[in-house]
Amino acid sequence: MRWELPLTALGLLLLVVGHGIGLFVAPPEAMMGDVGRILYAHVPTAWVALVAYLAAFVAAVGSLWSGRFTWDAAVAATVEVGVVLNGLLLAQGSIWARPTWGVYWTWDPRLTTTAVMFVMFVGVLLLRSLVEVAERRLTVTAVAGIVAFANVPVVYFSVKWWRTLHQDFSSPETVSSPMVTPLRIAAFGMLFVAIGIAVMRWRAIYAAVQRETESPALPDMPAPLKLPEVP
Amino acid sequence: MTQLWAVLRKDLLIEWRARAHGVALVSFAITLLLLFSFAVGPNANVLRAHASAYLWMGLVLTSSLQLARSFQVETESNALDTLVLAPVSPPALFYGKALSNTLQLFGVGLVSLPAVIALYDVEVKEPAGLLLLTLILGALGLAAPGTLYAGLTARLAARQLMLPLLLFPLVVPCLLAAVKATTLILQGDPMDQIGSWLTLLACFDALYWSLCGVLFGKVIDA
Repeated sequence: MRWELPLTALGLLLLVVGHGIGLFVAPPEAMMGDVGRILYAHVPTAWVALVAYLAAFVAAVGSLWSGRFTWDAAVAATVEVGVVLNGLLLAQGSIWARPTWGVYWTWDPRLTTTAVMFVMFVGVLLLRSLVEVAERRLTVTAVAGIVAFANVPVVYFSVKWWRTLHQDFSSPETVSSPMVTPLRIAAFGMLFVAIGIAVMRWRAIYAAVQRETESPALPDMPAPLKLPEVP
Repeated sequence: MTQLWAVLRKDLLIEWRARAHGVALVSFAITLLLLFSFAVGPNANVLRAHASAYLWMGLVLTSSLQLARSFQVETESNALDTLVLAPVSPPALFYGKALSNTLQLFGVGLVSLPAVIALYDVEVKEPAGLLLLTLILGALGLAAPGTLYAGLTARLAARQLMLPLLLFPLVVPCLLAAVKATTLILQGDPMDQIGSWLTLLACFDALYWSLCGVLFGKVIDA
């Protein structure tokens, strides 16, 4: 059952609704004005990117543990989705930072961690694409994925010590309620789209790996000659 | 433990017999230090302020060449399979190789240090023992993930490129803490912050020396 197609469609619909409310109905942000509306795109992207990486970590542990290719395909699919969202996150952040902070980039812990995370997981995908033997690729992807994920909190805390500027985390109590609703809708939309695309990629990668590992089917043998019966 | 020493002894012996390579590695590190000063310009104050950054960038860049070598000898002579078949447990193999890499990196750092002090005209304001401690902790931090990734990329055609690509973003915390600690040691530490940076470095080392030791068995089995 290809349930991921309706899920992706529902996600896209929720994204449209969430952004519609966020752009036209919700009040402008008190300090940032209309620029603050990027919140409805930026915050869901960040959440879902982290969910994708977390899923990749779980899949990597499963893949290393079981040695099965369905886990391996799941690692690759979730890392791919995570990397795309991570790239979007960096772009959105720069677009927002220019009018708000006056610069495209600062060395704030969360920004720096996001950038480091991006290069680390791009590295995992590159490494994966270079290994030709499927079994070896499974191990290499899983090990590199686990190490990359383990590094995320370490990078975050070390850079936090190094310097800090980013806004503190927001919670439903610090965000006014006309803004919470479109944010929630957009977040679920982003999550559904991400799950839908990850499942599509997972099926495609798994099929490719299976084609690669199973031995090529033998061509059909010609029917044996019927010898005339000896009278 | 005996296995670990055997692997460590074997690796160091190979490096000792190929001394020319070690000399080339050190020369590379010194050349980088020279290049940094050309790139930044002859402003002595700027160079002095960033001396620790140049020291560690030199070490990190050199480490990718040195670490790639730790499996190159074995892959070139197809000895990696033999080494895996030998009755050596994967953790012993990992820790032996990682220790050998740590010692070599520490050696490169030890030679770079006087060059940094002379080239950039810095004076050491805090006890010099702390500087050695930072060097050891930093070398440990580069060597553990470096050895794992060197094993991971050993059989790839593009290993020269993939090893630094994977390793450099990973060692960001290690680099940060090492540079900060070294800067404080060279320029003085009125706020008494060296301890916390060295603790961060030690935590990074502890995390990767344990995690990579566990994962290495899987890497080398395949």
